[in-house]
Amino acid sequence: MDLLNAFVALSNFVLVPAIAYGSQLALGALGVTLIYGILRFSNFAHGDTMAFGTMVVVLVTWLFQSWGISLGPLPTALLALPFGIAGCAALVLLTDRTVYRFYRAQKAKPVILVIVSMGVMFIMNALVRIILGTNEQNFADGERFIIGAREFKKLTGLNEGLAIKTTQGITVITAVIVVALLFWFLNRTRTGKSMRAYSDNEDLALLSGIDPERVVVITWVIVAALATVAGTLYGLDKSYKPFTYFLLLLPIFASAIVGGLGNPLGAIAGGFVIAFSEVTVTYAWKKVLGYLMPESLEPDGLVQLMSTDYKFAVSFAILLVVLLFKPTGLFKGKSV
Amino acid sequence: MKKFLMASVATALMAGPALANEVKLGVILGFTGPIESLTPAMAAGGELAMAEVSASGKLLGGATVTPVRADSTCVDSGAAAAAAERLITSEGVKGIMGADCSGVTGAVLANVAVPNGMVMISPSATSPALSSVEDNGLFFRTAPSDARQGQVLTEVLIERGIKSVALTYTNNDYGKGLADSFAAAYEAAGGKVTTTAAHEDGKADYSAEVGALASAGGDALVVAGYVDQGGAGIIRASLDTGAFDMFVMPDGMIGSALETNFGADIDGSIGTVPGTESEGAAMMADIVKAAGIENGDGPYVGESYDAAALILLAMQAAGSMEPGDYKGKIMDVANAPGEKIYPGQLGKALEILAAGGDVDYVGATAVEMIGGGEAAGGYREIELKDGKITTVKYR
Repeated sequence: MDLLNAFVALSNFVLVPAIAYGSQLALGALGVTLIYGILRFSNFAHGDTMAFGTMVVVLVTWLFQSWGISLGPLPTALLALPFGIAGCAALVLLTDRTVYRFYRAQKAKPVILVIVSMGVMFIMNALVRIILGTNEQNFADGERFIIGAREFKKLTGLNEGLAIKTTQGITVITAVIVVALLFWFLNRTRTGKSMRAYSDNEDLALLSGIDPERVVVITWVIVAALATVAGTLYGLDKSYKPFTYFLLLLPIFASAIVGGLGNPLGAIAGGFVIAFSEVTVTYAWKKVLGYLMPESLEPDGLVQLMSTDYKFAVSFAILLVVLLFKPTGLFKGKSV
Repeated sequence: MKKFLMASVATALMAGPALANEVKLGVILGFTGPIESLTPAMAAGGELAMAEVSASGKLLGGATVTPVRADSTCVDSGAAAAAAERLITSEGVKGIMGADCSGVTGAVLANVAVPNGMVMISPSATSPALSSVEDNGLFFRTAPSDARQGQVLTEVLIERGIKSVALTYTNNDYGKGLADSFAAAYEAAGGKVTTTAAHEDGKADYSAEVGALASAGGDALVVAGYVDQGGAGIIRASLDTGAFDMFVMPDGMIGSALETNFGADIDGSIGTVPGTESEGAAMMADIVKAAGIENGDGPYVGESYDAAALILLAMQAAGSMEPGDYKGKIMDVANAPGEKIYPGQLGKALEILAAGGDVDYVGATAVEMIGGGEAAGGYREIELKDGKITTVKYR
């Protein structure tokens, strides 16, 4: 019984939130890694691309809600997702046309593109704030829980409750679907193969007749889709506020780099590594250990390695360690 | 050009005497930021007193009072000090009703009010640290110090038999001061604080913070935060994970947002908010209702009215609108002896003072100034029942 209680407490506060958060990070990191692999620069505007895509989703969701359209127990935002992706794709294609293409034609060094992407980041940042404001927006609706903590306690008779939010379930399912689609696209379709060829060797790809502009456009559209899905899931699960998306940049980059920049599989693994480290390092283990240990050994303190305020420090520390000792990341990406 | 000059001179001449009969009062509150849902009603409360005095036409021989609003942001000391500086140097205010949150109030006081010799009466800054701050007799507050609120919260908890709590506070002067005073009082009364953890406002997700608090356990969670900010996030995450279902909330958490966000989910939770049962409170409620102020029953509306009223009565008592002259009169008009003055009777008070009499301003919140010029403090104990904030009793 104690063992079960410990496991349920652990699931409730560590496993479930970390899996959901990890999926969100993985989707974000996939976008970063695709840009790095194919367009060859670190896109600092990614967090704000997510914020922009999500903003479109939020606005369309509100529109649907005002029309009385809903998905029953599921959040209406899922219905608005395609519109968000379209809006976000339009924006990133516009920035590519007006900004990045110029530097690509000049064969600018990656570091210049990084700085350029920072400029783009500030513009997108402002754009979202002008349109939707800086405040927290609530756009989640539908059923809140798959199972609530109180129901779970009643159902099982355990001391500890386990809550799984609908948004957490949706996050994981959507992430699996999106990742499966992406890998199928990259590995099985002609266009996907041409993208990988372009990523491996640009000149060779040109010689074999691959149209580089087409690859670039498709990459941006995929990245916009990934960013919007990641942003919407994060916003549904937690809350939507432009500033928090800007802050997400650090854990997302940490995920992509830990996994190996340019390697999609690594991005996913990196996302979960970062999410689990952030959550486990800042979790107070007292409750779980209290169930597991004999009474005489029960801890007095909270058994918390780091205060929750240092969450970001965890991803930063992991980032540093990886860059120092294994710069190509866990899955042999390109070195940074 | 000549005509233009003439016109300017003429306007200047006309403006001259008009200005002499106008008293500008600054209203520095956080119209944006973590308590933005509370401040519009507070400002309206203060402006009610000013309008009442203007309408009576008895202040300093018929002066009118004009409020000038400025944004304290509640959290950004730099912005608040700049706003106060603007009020004093370019608007020429003669007193300040504000600021609201403790951190910015301390900053405005030290950097702007004291150097400029400006009187400040805060309706809502409650940090115990402000009791001992160097203020040259310029700073007052109609809100009690949180040292008192900590004791009242303790009394409420002990009476209900809640002997162990987890404590989280918003990481600023207000939260820290309140958390410290509560923890000290509660432990002295035999309660146990299982853990004390700060939370930052403005995060997307508080499940990690709640996880740590849940590990420490306790019968209830004390949330010394803001209702529009992290405090709401903490409660949301606690409910989601089933970590706590009983919350204890000090003043910053009590607002209508609590009802709309959580409703019946937090039934049984308790809180304290400054307030009194005095006749004044009821009279104030009527005045606010008549004026049609939105959320007029929110916290600190009466305190704001009282703060503005005290400045104006002190001016009358000193016979001068200069802060240096009237600062010494504030304690006199606030406390006995004298005729008791309730909300809506400011005209009468001005008359008595003009005739050289004494007043004892009671106002909306039974103002009684103690120590270095802060309210002694009455509190309203509230409980959430069926998703509504209800008053249990006054302490």
